[in-house]
Amino acid sequence: MSLILLAEQVLNGLQLGVMLFLMAAGLTLVFGVMGLINLAHGSLFMVGAFAAAAVAGATGSFLLALAAALAAAAAAGALVELLIIRRLYDRDHLDQVLATFALILIFSEGTRWVFGSFPLYLSIPEYLSGPITLPGGIQYPLYRLTLIAVGLLIAVGLFLLISRTRLGIQIRAGENDREMIAALGVDISKLYTIVFALGAALAGLAGALVGAIQSVQVGMGEPVLILAFVVIVIGGIGSIKGALIGSILVGLTDTLAGVLLPLLFSQFMSTSAAASTGSALASMLIYILMAVVLIMKPTGLFGARA
Amino acid sequence: MIRKLVAAVALSAIGTISLADGHGGVKVGMITTLSGGGAGLGIDVRDGFMLAIAQSGNENIEVIIEDDQRKPDVAVQLADKLIQSEKVDVLTGIIWSNLAMAVVPGAVAQDKFYLSPNAGPSALAGRGCHPNYFNVAWQNDNLHEAAGAYANTAGYSNSFILAPNYPAGQDALTGYKRLYEGELAGELFTELGQTDYASEIAQIRASGADSVFFFLPGGMGISFLKQYADSGVDIPVVGPAFSFDQGILQAVGDAAVGVVNTSQWNKDLDNPANVAFVESFQAEYGRLPSLYASQGFDTANLLLSAMETADINDQDAFRAALQAANFQSTRGDFAFGPNNHPIQNIYVREVIKEGDIYTNKIIGTALESHGDAYAAECSF
Repeated sequence: MSLILLAEQVLNGLQLGVMLFLMAAGLTLVFGVMGLINLAHGSLFMVGAFAAAAVAGATGSFLLALAAALAAAAAAGALVELLIIRRLYDRDHLDQVLATFALILIFSEGTRWVFGSFPLYLSIPEYLSGPITLPGGIQYPLYRLTLIAVGLLIAVGLFLLISRTRLGIQIRAGENDREMIAALGVDISKLYTIVFALGAALAGLAGALVGAIQSVQVGMGEPVLILAFVVIVIGGIGSIKGALIGSILVGLTDTLAGVLLPLLFSQFMSTSAAASTGSALASMLIYILMAVVLIMKPTGLFGARA
Repeated sequence: MIRKLVAAVALSAIGTISLADGHGGVKVGMITTLSGGGAGLGIDVRDGFMLAIAQSGNENIEVIIEDDQRKPDVAVQLADKLIQSEKVDVLTGIIWSNLAMAVVPGAVAQDKFYLSPNAGPSALAGRGCHPNYFNVAWQNDNLHEAAGAYANTAGYSNSFILAPNYPAGQDALTGYKRLYEGELAGELFTELGQTDYASEIAQIRASGADSVFFFLPGGMGISFLKQYADSGVDIPVVGPAFSFDQGILQAVGDAAVGVVNTSQWNKDLDNPANVAFVESFQAEYGRLPSLYASQGFDTANLLLSAMETADINDQDAFRAALQAANFQSTRGDFAFGPNNHPIQNIYVREVIKEGDIYTNKIIGTALESHGDAYAAECSF
């Protein structure tokens, strides 16, 4: 395999990783701060994509579509938090799983009710379409490069938000001791709503950004959600840094294994058998990675507590 | 836990259309995908099927429709429920081959008829064939064989081929290679339900292929085509109709225009049954039919034609009536081969833009009166 191909695959892995980070960041914050398992996070990803597709279809502007995705997902997140999630903080994780699973079904059928069962059209804007040539002669789609840049910028922004702002202090304090910061006079319920809406907005943004190169359809969030859970388990629950490292690890593992394993197997098998076995093993590899991390560090790479 | 929950939700019937269950009446259980990623396909099959039932005015048929959510375990539970508590005579509706493999052998072993409106895995066409299993759509390999035949006539000699890693995906690549005479620049299996194809496209770019054959039904095809168009790779693409059907073309947009694909059906096939079907489907549902809708429509008409000449309680007579395929297919000539799989023409289509709508037009015939490669292995 040529170096150019390998470099391109590393970029692909990176791009998958930063998009996973947008999903995982919200999930890990919500879990870390509120102790809530939110299975409906993937639905917010879908809400973002559908809002973007609808606005892009009506106005033709991709930037407006992204803004709409952010706004719609944040609003949906805040609404869900106020109406339903709020009642779940003191409950058992099993109750949370049950209720947020119900939310998945409600969001999916609601979206189908509004938009129908057929995939929607959302496309890359003209100014970001097509490939560009990188140093070394790598042809790489401009849009995917933009995704990497946007994802990394948001990672930096989130890091600053958590480490440098008053809200960030409250979030970190909330992760350490919920009762104590409530006792100190922080309006904990408002903080929860803000954190939940922030996580939802990031998921919605990811949905819109990814929706432009994928299929905007009902149920699009669930496969990403599973990966995002793997990411936060690897990275350590509640840690933004862990989510970033975990995302990139999962992104690179998933992409590179899909390319390299079939190649490896083709050394001693027929091409068809190698393609089939290699791709089957590649899709298992991130879970194997998760298992190995959990054996070595049961709280995840950057997890503070079990 | 989630699994149990899903099963519980699935067990509540999605919709029941209840008609008289009198003497000679047929009770049909339809298990199809109505929610989640592949829902567009199941909805088209259901709508085509129900349109034919409604047009027949036959009141001796009752259809119970269930949603399998594209999950094999859910499909198996639904089949058990339909057979044991609903006591259906005929099962139909499954879209995906992995679900068909989970349901069909058990259903036909319990003396039920199964009429497949879509999935046609090779395992059920050859040694695993069964006299009560009829495939009204195609054997999985068929459209891919046609794509391979087309690649020969188009002069392609170095194809890169890819499909998802599940029974129909494996059948697809086998099918393409069966008639294709050139070399392979690469062969890949992707994950079922995969949404990102950057890595595959990079390998296509590096492979030096002169053509790309892919089988990625539903949303997977949308993602692939959008990303392929944006990657700047301009190697011509060939595929089966599944990635270019009416339901998804609008979501792919310009990226699909000009792509050649193979199908046993298209809306411009000029026969009276098809003209009437396309017109009435549009009038009823306000959208153009897809090939899945045509398959659902044909399946229902096959069943209705058998009901006219035989009683479902006389299994041998009913089986012979189905085997005769005495109905007006939207595909024109249609007959069953010795393994109850279709013998039919497979056409070459091209994606065009008609006004604001993306659709297909037939540009040639890839294979005439084509059966399948597994018929010889089948003995009832």
